[in-house]
Amino acid sequence: MEVTRRPVEGGDDLRIRQLRARQMLRGELEGEDLDRYMEERVGLTTLEKAQNWARANAPWPLTFGLACCAIEMISVVGSPRMDAARFGAEVFRASPRQADMIILSGRVSVKMAPVIRRIYDQMLEPKWVISMGACASSAGMFNNYALVAGADKFLPVDVYVPGCPPRPEALMYGIIKLQNKIKGQPDLGWRERYHAQGTEELA
Amino acid sequence: MSDPRPTDVPYREREQSVTIERLGGPDAPVYGTALEPETELFTINMGPHHPATHGVLRLLLTLEGEVVRSVTPLIGYVHTGIEKSCEDQAYWKVIPFVERMDYLAYYYNALVFCMAVEQLVEEEVPPRAQYLRVIHLELNRIASHLFWLGTSALDLGAISILWYALRDREKILDIFEMSSGQRLHPRYFQVGGVVEDIPPGFEQKVRAFIPDMEARIDQYEAILDRNEILLQRLKHVGQVPLETLLDLGVSGPLLRAAGHPWDLRKAMPYSSYDHFDFKIPIGTQGDNYDRYRVRMAEMRESLRIVEQALDGLPEGRYITDNRKIALPPRHELATSMEALIHHFKLVTEGFRVPPGEVYAAIESPRGELGCFVLADGSAKPARVHMRDPSFVNLQALRYMAEGRLIADLIASIAMLDPILGGIDR
Amino acid sequence: MPDATGLELIAAAVRERLGDETVVGTDYHREQAMLEVAPGSVHDTIAYLKEEADEPFELLMSLHGCDYFPAEPRLGVHYQLLAMQRTDRLGVKTRVGVEEPRVPTIVDLYSGADFQEREVFDMFGVVFDGHPDLRRILMPEDYEGHPQRRDFPMGGEPVLFTFNEHEIPRWYE
Repeated sequence: MEVTRRPVEGGDDLRIRQLRARQMLRGELEGEDLDRYMEERVGLTTLEKAQNWARANAPWPLTFGLACCAIEMISVVGSPRMDAARFGAEVFRASPRQADMIILSGRVSVKMAPVIRRIYDQMLEPKWVISMGACASSAGMFNNYALVAGADKFLPVDVYVPGCPPRPEALMYGIIKLQNKIKGQPDLGWRERYHAQGTEELA
Repeated sequence: MSDPRPTDVPYREREQSVTIERLGGPDAPVYGTALEPETELFTINMGPHHPATHGVLRLLLTLEGEVVRSVTPLIGYVHTGIEKSCEDQAYWKVIPFVERMDYLAYYYNALVFCMAVEQLVEEEVPPRAQYLRVIHLELNRIASHLFWLGTSALDLGAISILWYALRDREKILDIFEMSSGQRLHPRYFQVGGVVEDIPPGFEQKVRAFIPDMEARIDQYEAILDRNEILLQRLKHVGQVPLETLLDLGVSGPLLRAAGHPWDLRKAMPYSSYDHFDFKIPIGTQGDNYDRYRVRMAEMRESLRIVEQALDGLPEGRYITDNRKIALPPRHELATSMEALIHHFKLVTEGFRVPPGEVYAAIESPRGELGCFVLADGSAKPARVHMRDPSFVNLQALRYMAEGRLIADLIASIAMLDPILGGIDR
Repeated sequence: MPDATGLELIAAAVRERLGDETVVGTDYHREQAMLEVAPGSVHDTIAYLKEEADEPFELLMSLHGCDYFPAEPRLGVHYQLLAMQRTDRLGVKTRVGVEEPRVPTIVDLYSGADFQEREVFDMFGVVFDGHPDLRRILMPEDYEGHPQRRDFPMGGEPVLFTFNEHEIPRWYE
């Protein structure tokens, strides 16, 4: 096996980097040096992007398990195999004032709908809603007098996760999609692939 | 139990308002400023959205200080109208509906409905199907008890048990996924047997799981059994006299913890449970600690049943060969016209059940799960009612909690193991 | 389960104790024994079966309702009794019409009947005389109608297909 050595492009070796960092801290870099330093070492962003990045990477869900989907939701956060802590979503807050995201997992019955609405109203901005499972997205398989056909009748829903119940991996995919949406790069999916125009939803 | 809220106010307004009453009239001293602060009876709503009620259970608590004076459960927040929906579906299609009632013990719901319909149709289930059913049922019992253990320990403060219990539950759900493709609500039991035979590798996986799970139960017991905090919180708390439990119709681990040895698997065996040798764990005092110990011991017994069922698994059909009830195997559809017609009729209309009514009952992880089916001769049931154990057991909550502290109420709810999907249906 | 002759003996004993018009019929099929009684004598029959019968059935396992539409009388209330020592089950049922759906309560015999009678009231409209707190339990308390009756509509939303798209107004909003 042949070992080739190449000089690293545009890179200084460690000593030079340390010296340059020290100069930056003391405020001694000027002009062209300063510009080059900024390009290499420091990222520039808008406050909004930084804010969205922070919000997306730590969505704190509200403990809102209603029915069977709640079991899969607890598996997402509790089971070591599919761990939602990787995405910052392991801190399930019980108080709506402290939560960012409400995962509606389970069937929304007629008696429960005003309660959910009230809790949603108690959450502070910014807040997002993931409608997990078929029963929360539409009526699911229970198209009858007792259910509200979908939580989007009284709440603005951001992400729908289909399934009955959706696998924990599907819910994680939904959380990741929500994260991308918060960061401002929503996964448009088939719209990108087929260059569909005019079919975007307003985020 | 009566509703402590004022009844002259219309319902919607009552739900939105807050009333503060003081015993002794409006001139009575306010809490904190008088010599006897416990003269105020405080009615508070432990709402449907609460981290410690297992599901959307709403409790109206009347408190005097920290002591619970009365507790009124208000339910119906996840009422899905499953029983009404079932009247519109063919018998085959009712099984997924009915599975979603008690959503931790899904195989049990499906089994009791299938048993009721099999009684109506007078159909025999082949022995291999019975053993396969038993294997899945007992694994589901372990999974249900593990989830109970995780969430109850979470309520009592032993949070790490939740992670451990869910980790083991994942293994069981993998096994379920091997046999039917779904972790929860797999629609595996059909009228006449099971929908598919177990794949190769299933048996090895279950056999590998059994000693593993025994070791894990040993670990849980080592952590929890003699834990001082758990003993303080559960011992001598939540005792209900046996006559009251029988009067209420309570069954399952609550009744067994009070010392009454009633288990439908032994008393009225179904689905070849009489072929297996297992014990029924019974408590002595009927307090919350006994309920905890009874469920842990039940997990061990379930492992023994699974092992015996695997050892004795007979060869044969996995579903009845009565083509009027069960779908014919797919390879027959290409050759036999009759099979094609049967398949067509079963899929489009479903099988017809002669008129009659039947009540079948089994022992689910929470107690006696019963199913009442009224058939009117058509392909759709005229009434399906599930006698859910949690619905009846919930009435015992006021006896467990009244006169004790709120923290004991939380422990009692945890040990009662209510599943709101079954309560509200 | 008591077999057919056992059921007839029980029916005869109830008739003897409580009068001829209490027992309306007996039904034994598929190894299930069902005793049908007149609505007014439900309480006495169950009290008799609980305490005084030769072979008592001392536990109430289930209390549920049923709608026999279109057969009259429409509403049925079923009681499932259990004898633990003899592992025996007996069903007692009674049928009432929609116009006068009153059945005496058995809450004084079995306190576990409380929630279950409330559920039958909620879903079918059967009024239990003497129940301490007969309110709706599963539906909101001011709901109108009794959902599980057979002539109550299923409710729900029409499923959207292309052929009924124009019938569902403004579904795209």
